[in-house]
Amino acid sequence: MENTPNLSPELPSNSGAALPAAPATSPATLPHEQADTHEHHEHHEQHWLFKYVFSTDHKMIGKQFLITGILWAVVGGALSTLFRLQLGWPEGTMEWLKPLLGKWIEAGKLNPEFYLALVTMHGTIMVFFVLTAGLSGTFSNFLIPLQIGARDMASGFMNMLSYWFFFVSSAVMFSSIFIETGPAASGWTIYPPLSALPQSISGSGMGMTMWLVSMALFIVSQLLGGVNYITTIINLRTQGMSMSKMPLTIWAFMLTAVLGLLSFPVLLAAVLLLFFDRSLGTSFFLSDIYIAGQALPNTGGSPVLFQHLFWFLGHPEVYIIIMPAMGMVSEIMATHSRKPIFGYRAMIGSLMGISLLSFVVWGHHMFVTGMNPFLGSVFVFLTLMIAVPSAVKSFNWLATLWRGNIRFTSAMLFSVGFVSLFVAGGLTGIVLGNAALDIQLHNTYFLVAHFHLVMGSSAMFGMFAGIYHWYPKMFGRMMDERLGYLHFWLTFAGAYLTFIPMHYIGIAGFPRRYYAWTGFDMFSQFADVNKFISVAAIAVFFAQFIFLFNFFYSMWRGRRATENPWNSNTLEWTTPVEVGHGNWPGAIPAVHRWPYDYSKPGAEEDFIPQHVPFSQTSSSNLPYEKKAVE
Amino acid sequence: MASRPVFAARHFHLFSFFFMTVLGIVLVVVLLLVVFALLLRLQLLTSIFSGNSTRDIGWGNRVNAALMLVFLIGGGAWLAWSAVSSYSRLDIPIASVHGADVDRLFWTTMIILGVAFVLVQVFLFVYAYKYQHKEGKRAFFYSHNNRLEVIWTLIPAIVFAGLVFAGWKQWSRITGPAPKDAVVLEVMGKQFNWLVRYPGRDQKLGVVNYRLIDAVNEFGFDLSDKRGLDDFTAGEIHIPKGHPIMLKIRSRDVLHSVYMPQFRLQMYAVPGMPTNFWFIPTKTTDEMRAQTGNPNFNYELACNQVCGRGHFAMKMIVVVDEPDDYVAWFGQQKSFSSQNPEVLAALRAQPTLLPAQTAAVSSATVRASGSLAARAAH
Repeated sequence: MENTPNLSPELPSNSGAALPAAPATSPATLPHEQADTHEHHEHHEQHWLFKYVFSTDHKMIGKQFLITGILWAVVGGALSTLFRLQLGWPEGTMEWLKPLLGKWIEAGKLNPEFYLALVTMHGTIMVFFVLTAGLSGTFSNFLIPLQIGARDMASGFMNMLSYWFFFVSSAVMFSSIFIETGPAASGWTIYPPLSALPQSISGSGMGMTMWLVSMALFIVSQLLGGVNYITTIINLRTQGMSMSKMPLTIWAFMLTAVLGLLSFPVLLAAVLLLFFDRSLGTSFFLSDIYIAGQALPNTGGSPVLFQHLFWFLGHPEVYIIIMPAMGMVSEIMATHSRKPIFGYRAMIGSLMGISLLSFVVWGHHMFVTGMNPFLGSVFVFLTLMIAVPSAVKSFNWLATLWRGNIRFTSAMLFSVGFVSLFVAGGLTGIVLGNAALDIQLHNTYFLVAHFHLVMGSSAMFGMFAGIYHWYPKMFGRMMDERLGYLHFWLTFAGAYLTFIPMHYIGIAGFPRRYYAWTGFDMFSQFADVNKFISVAAIAVFFAQFIFLFNFFYSMWRGRRATENPWNSNTLEWTTPVEVGHGNWPGAIPAVHRWPYDYSKPGAEEDFIPQHVPFSQTSSSNLPYEKKAVE
Repeated sequence: MASRPVFAARHFHLFSFFFMTVLGIVLVVVLLLVVFALLLRLQLLTSIFSGNSTRDIGWGNRVNAALMLVFLIGGGAWLAWSAVSSYSRLDIPIASVHGADVDRLFWTTMIILGVAFVLVQVFLFVYAYKYQHKEGKRAFFYSHNNRLEVIWTLIPAIVFAGLVFAGWKQWSRITGPAPKDAVVLEVMGKQFNWLVRYPGRDQKLGVVNYRLIDAVNEFGFDLSDKRGLDDFTAGEIHIPKGHPIMLKIRSRDVLHSVYMPQFRLQMYAVPGMPTNFWFIPTKTTDEMRAQTGNPNFNYELACNQVCGRGHFAMKMIVVVDEPDDYVAWFGQQKSFSSQNPEVLAALRAQPTLLPAQTAAVSSATVRASGSLAARAAH
């Protein structure tokens, strides 16, 4: 299995429709024959439409996911500045936004339903389009074939479909922002009956229908991607790349794909059932409702059932978001500390532990929904259990830094930031996961602070780290490091300044999704804190333009990259600077060692790439490696 | 006719003003970007000509390493200062028996986590500073240590086990059965306010049915159920201090959440599925006014599950009375049926309106026989 040659021929430029990229190849194909076949196709110049748009090249698809994700991040971030304006200055006028928002500004005030639409869209966009598609979609696509030594994904065509389903899903969601009744507005968790009944909020009309359609398409995209990632990792590893020699990124991507494959269909089920309730008069989630002067005929349904279905995806989803970031940070930290990742096997074990447990903790979102309290106790136990592997990972990252020789590239800075934010946000999960304490903190800003740190900011930091680190491989040029530093420190400080004060008001019970908090005496005392948070959040948003500038400027004007600018061990750095379709112009290198031989005693350089055989490094081989050579 | 062009002109004016402003801002930003890009380019080219490779690990590394320490110290100081200075505001007064226990567990947990937080962050930033790149140095090739892994798996596991146990004890007590003599009342969430009803002298809540809801009968009282005849509704919640209160909760449209922070109390209101929460209030509104030094203090019931346009304004005042005052207040209330005879009359005229099954599903009765309840009933 491990030496399966993999061959993805270039698409003939005149073939019109894209072909499945991986034909059944004979296991007997020799490396030089692959090279010949490959070169044979090299001089067919691809039509730009198939090179940049309907590409089946995993690298191009990865970049498509990335650029789409970045665009979404700008939209999602911009929405948050709007509602932070409202929360920071509830008495202020918004008349100046009227040219932009039109009828959603009523007499100088933001429309309360549009406020809810803003938070809903912000959540949906950030969770699904930026941190799932933009993060995992980008790097799983880009790195899996490059790091395991494959010419492309198992099915390039399916991979292309995965992006285009995401694109159509994006288009539907984006258009929903502009429709008459507004986009979905019942929170990103779209709990029925609010999401099921257009008479309860205008966003639950056409906007919600579009949300559901978009999400169904998105799930299809995720499943197509996930099947591909898993298949590729299991079947297309190059010679010598055993599971125990895979970089942690690949482990993380694989387990993430498994999570997605098992949990996204459940969301699809929830989406479909909700669609039935909305359009076909079924009562899966509706019962005993009197609304808008009318008693509805629905009985026997349960809104809590929807929450079970939603969180059965929703909880694994947060790990779908964070695990790729964990994998990349492990890789980047080892590279730039010039040290092996500490506890490689423990890191894999904890990823597996997290993956497994992530399926049995969803109930901690529902302690106060009227769910059976005994069930609540079980979920408390399981939830605090999942904190153990997360803690293990954090300690291993610290141990990786210990006695390293750290180079603070932008990627490394963001990795350090990732660990800091992940720990800061993760710890408060121990509080929220304890049902007795969640009674008070559920749906308050304590929760908002918790998940924005642990899966919002830290996953974002993981994504930034990945972009800075693999940019040279993506675009053949380097990003500007000094702008990277500036971007990092502003964002890092800004993230803490935004989210730490949210804990304070959350402990005092300040609820989330409140258009205005001035009606309650107990919440009105925090006007100053809210203003502070708003200023910090908006500043962080604008700091991201440093990154945007750097990203696009460097694409054309950045310094040309060398083949292996970070002196890294993994296989992607053995490809040429301008990587073509098929990744390696010649034979795919075989792998002889794990990817973390950094600063090995006795070695000439402080890194030994994976494809260097032990026979060439006799001075640095460990006793058991010497035995293996003999 | 005359007003149309005026409107159009104003509209156009507004648009063009906005347009010009945006255009101006965009132009300035673009210009700045161009200047910036040129500077960057210039700097890069000079660095190439002067022979400085970008691979050169120099001042940038030292600055970032130093900033790690600065961030640790500065950030830590800000965190400590902001936490201490906002403590008095964030630790809101407790007004229930279980609230005191839960708060103790909360702060204990926070201290444990705080220690872990500080330790990890100190190690992270100090290591980052201390092990910054030094020319000629080589990192320590150290790939794993199984004993360490076991230690730092077991320690969190043991600590978390303790927290699970402590939390489970509290949770079981809070969600356990309410005392038999609990004072019963029911809160119903609707878009966008709360309704509340009391069981009246018989201490039994009558059946309600959502199909009977209208502008007058907001609760959907089914007055064919005799137990409901003495039920009364109220504009604010009154509860006696020191007695167990059984809060029955329901919703008649979308999800809501009954949230009363001072009582450390929260439970969703779910259409079609009545929920409940019991607690013992420990401080009257007057006592709380004295304690907080705020003569206008009131306990507030807020909605904490997004329910639509007016979600942020779903407020109801909760008054905790001395038991005697509560009894007096209770005695003054008039039943819904006596205040709205037409509802009763309409029902008598059409007694088959109510499907029997729905009545059974919606029935919510609680027996209360305690001394206070008995006193209130007489």
